[in-house]
Amino acid sequence: MRLKTLIVGAAMASLVGSSALVSMAAAQDANYVPLFTYRTGPFASSGIPIANGMHDYFTMLNERDGGIGGVKVNVEECETGYDTKKGVECWETVKGKNPTVVGPWSTGTTLQVIPKAAVDKIPILSMAYGLSASAIGEKFPWVFNPPATYWDGLSIIFRYIGGKEGGLDKLKGKTIGFIFLESGYGREPLPLLNQLAKDYGFNVKEYSVAGKEMQDQSAQWLAVRRDRPDWMIMWGWGAMNPTAVKRASENGYPMDRFIGVWWSGGDDDARAGGQAAKGYLTLNFNGLGANYPAIQDIKKHVVDKGKSQVAAEKFAENLYNRGVYNSVLVAEAIRNAQKLSGKKVVSGEDVRRGLETLTITEARWKELGLPGFGAPITGVNCNDHNGHAPAYMQQWDGAKWVKISDWIAPMKDKVRPLLEKDADDYVTKNAGWPKRTEACDKAS
Amino acid sequence: MFYREVGQYKTSYSADQAIFPIVQDRFGIAVIILCAYALVFSNNDFLLNAMMTPFLIFTLAAIGLNILTGYTGLLSLGTGAFMGVGAYACYKLTTLFPGVNIIIWILCSGFFAALIGVVFGLPSLRIKGFYLAIATLAAQFFLEWCFIRIPWLYNYNTSAAIEVPTRTMFGIPVTGATATAETRYLIVLTIVIVMTVIASNIVHGRIGRMWMAVRDMDIAAELIGIRLLPTKLLAFAVSSFYCGVAGAMLVFLWYGGAESTVFSINQSFFVLFMVIIGGLGSLLGSYLGAALIFMLPIILRLAPPYFGIPVHAATVEHVTFMLVGGLIVFFLIVEPHGLARLWQVAKQKLRVWPFPY
Amino acid sequence: MDLLYKIFIDPFLQMGGAPDLLIQTLWEGLVGGMLYALIALGFVLIFKASGVFNFAQGIMVVFAALTLVGLHATGIPAFVALALTVVVMFALAWTVERVVLRPLVNQPDIILFMATFGLTYFLIGFGELIFGGDPKVMITDELFLPKGRINIPAFGGVVSLQKLDIAAAIIATTMVAVLSVFFSKTRIGRALRAVADSHKAALSVGISLEQIWVIVWFAAGLVALVTGIMWGARSDVSFALEIIALKALPVLILGGFTSIPGAIVGGLIIGVGEKIAEFYWGPLIGGGTDSWFAFVIALIFLLFWPHGLFGEKIIERI
Repeated sequence: MRLKTLIVGAAMASLVGSSALVSMAAAQDANYVPLFTYRTGPFASSGIPIANGMHDYFTMLNERDGGIGGVKVNVEECETGYDTKKGVECWETVKGKNPTVVGPWSTGTTLQVIPKAAVDKIPILSMAYGLSASAIGEKFPWVFNPPATYWDGLSIIFRYIGGKEGGLDKLKGKTIGFIFLESGYGREPLPLLNQLAKDYGFNVKEYSVAGKEMQDQSAQWLAVRRDRPDWMIMWGWGAMNPTAVKRASENGYPMDRFIGVWWSGGDDDARAGGQAAKGYLTLNFNGLGANYPAIQDIKKHVVDKGKSQVAAEKFAENLYNRGVYNSVLVAEAIRNAQKLSGKKVVSGEDVRRGLETLTITEARWKELGLPGFGAPITGVNCNDHNGHAPAYMQQWDGAKWVKISDWIAPMKDKVRPLLEKDADDYVTKNAGWPKRTEACDKAS
Repeated sequence: MFYREVGQYKTSYSADQAIFPIVQDRFGIAVIILCAYALVFSNNDFLLNAMMTPFLIFTLAAIGLNILTGYTGLLSLGTGAFMGVGAYACYKLTTLFPGVNIIIWILCSGFFAALIGVVFGLPSLRIKGFYLAIATLAAQFFLEWCFIRIPWLYNYNTSAAIEVPTRTMFGIPVTGATATAETRYLIVLTIVIVMTVIASNIVHGRIGRMWMAVRDMDIAAELIGIRLLPTKLLAFAVSSFYCGVAGAMLVFLWYGGAESTVFSINQSFFVLFMVIIGGLGSLLGSYLGAALIFMLPIILRLAPPYFGIPVHAATVEHVTFMLVGGLIVFFLIVEPHGLARLWQVAKQKLRVWPFPY
Repeated sequence: MDLLYKIFIDPFLQMGGAPDLLIQTLWEGLVGGMLYALIALGFVLIFKASGVFNFAQGIMVVFAALTLVGLHATGIPAFVALALTVVVMFALAWTVERVVLRPLVNQPDIILFMATFGLTYFLIGFGELIFGGDPKVMITDELFLPKGRINIPAFGGVVSLQKLDIAAAIIATTMVAVLSVFFSKTRIGRALRAVADSHKAALSVGISLEQIWVIVWFAAGLVALVTGIMWGARSDVSFALEIIALKALPVLILGGFTSIPGAIVGGLIIGVGEKIAEFYWGPLIGGGTDSWFAFVIALIFLLFWPHGLFGEKIIERI
């Protein structure tokens, strides 16, 4: 008797299990946008606001406009925990559901899915992260990383430093410290940094922070105290950022000479340092605060109706707005794709064309209800999947971020050759890398 | 009733020493292997790519760790790093000698892992138990640091990651993005089956008995003439070999590219879970443990949307963590010797069913 | 030659050339070591009394700190929140004993070790479910922890001591002293040492194992709370804090799993050692050595003292 129940039970269980695997077909009358998020794990501090921003913008579009081009956006989160294993698993989960575009939100996952993109016909949008070389559209037709690469970011930082020092040639003989998370992401700027050091004659001091040391960093900052660099540049992420800001202020490093990349500019990152963090600088490419009509719409249609997971006081913080920025790019790409293909429900292939013709002028930003929220994106085309858009410098005033500079353009002439070299390198090392066969659309 | 061995006589010593002395077992295993191969025709990429392939790869890693921890009694937390050695070695080999078949390099990379394993196994003669576990952590963190700080290992790629080139066998791509899920699954399945058979022969033979003697009491083992250092080092070597091959397969046949963080301490813990939940000192346990630990979170995650329960992805993740944690404790309480023991108990019950004795 | 110079001579010249930096490095090492020792202490307490290698100590640190900050965020005054957190940690200790340890009595060490892994996972999920994964700022002001730094001019330079670090050192020292007295002088302390020697013998003289376990887990919970406050104040309160528990492991093998003074001495050696190594020798190989250097120190010590500096020597018999 008991055995029979056991067998029947096991059979039932396996039936349920296997039918669960036969994945649920996505609703056919909507554009499916999967969001890879990490609201858990050691990097959740940066992941949560981004996830909220991305999610809420799409919800707002659905509520306010009924989606994009009259078709709803079917947003679904896939939790990665910033773990490559789960990231790849998410890719496999979503790929059968006709996803329009995937943003992996982790450099590790991006690297793994780049070769798969062309095969599975899903475009990847790695917004200002991932593999810098994927900016070369000729080699990476399916990967996009607007608005700027890390190397662009570094060159913008140097433009800013140059402005403060009265010319980059004044850097001769000075010392620039570079503190970074020990990972592919953190090491990426090094080639350009060393080249700039050669060009302008300054010294570079590297301070590497292992993931396990994120919360300590005392040895690194002691070394900073010893070397007394004239400027500090940081490539940090997650819990590394607030700790670095704290250590810098404790060691009496002048905060207005401490510049982080855009991923080191979360509100939580600086807030942990409190008043002592005043003056801390980071790059940014998205607008600050809630004073944009579209952000107000998010508040009205999403947050106030309790459809968002964001805490009231964290609404429209910097990384939240970064998430919104990402969703604006996706939405614009889908709109483009609809125009190009004439279809309402678009496929990954259409969106790839949409991304390749992505243009957001100043007027368009205004139309979107986000005047001045981002720099105009005009440089994306079939060959350039990045656009090398300018960014600006923001400063922590003790309670919030303040924009303190105009849009600063990157040194495209220095970055582009490096990117091309890197892309060639990638292709030669990956023998059998497919040649681009995708046709090129004219911008609409 | 289903599982009765009446009438099966052992007429020779070799029959007595067979791994599967009962005909039903042999039949069952054959059916399972056939089914595993038949899955190729399932035409379900998610099943093959996201579940079966990684499950088999982790099984192999679990077998590797089981040889060290389960059979020889040396607790190791360096599995992730040894897998990494395999992956990086395979990457270097295939980029240096692209002409040679990738499968050969995947298997060869195990030897490099074995070598590194032996080096870090040296302290095991003097230290044991948790002290040794933490000593293997030194290997874990040092190797992880090497993976990123020695650019030669990843061919000076700017991304500091290894990227898997497309390699073909008989004209069919087996690695890289163009390789189909079916091809990769077949290769993984074959390698894992072959290596399981080899492992099974090792642990059932003289070497395996030496390992188990060392595990049960190393001083006593020494007294009966087992030389401790070579035995322990051999366990480290074989275990690391398996882990290395698993690591190479992980990157080349599943991920398709990897950063050093893939081989972090979490990977070590992940494999250790499998071994302990599955059952220490059991090859079957390695399979069961890998199945439970790897597939459970995936199924838990698929369940709510399947039943149409609207939950946030993050909440599901939190609940998954709680459930996995709870289940680990639950299984340990119910059966501290792992799932493999549960299976043995079930088998015994089946043998005598419907009579209790 | 140049390399030899850089390894053997240059660092010492640097030390002599800037003694203020040397003192600063030593101080940072001592504070770091003290904080490692605190985490290690949590491990030692539980290992001593129950032979369980408690992997969950790291997540207990996070959990305690999160509870404190989370309770305060709901408007409860800081010290009431502190008291409530203590209650929560007691409840946790009691639950763990009831649900996890009691059914697993007499199982091999590795099974109990594994069970604490399960506990870790559970607490991660539980903590994130309740408090969310976003980082929080430790309520240092409300707890009257000092801020700012003291600059002491020395050797032509400045040695700057964080007041918070000084407070951390004082609190850690007090904590260790109190625990040592508690375990050597009180009745419960003696019972605990008896349990550590032999479960069976302790049971036979009427010591309640359950009670002892609840007490040590509670004590470990308190240590976790203090650790959480200190590390939280130095960085922020987030789940990434869990990682620092790994830093305590080399401290443990250095000091021995069963020795409270061992945890302290081990912590100080590791703390100072890794800071000095990273500061003076790290640049030679590109820095970032502090992720594994501690383990290498510990490994070298282990080769000479296989049970740690102060661990119990186990004589094996057949």
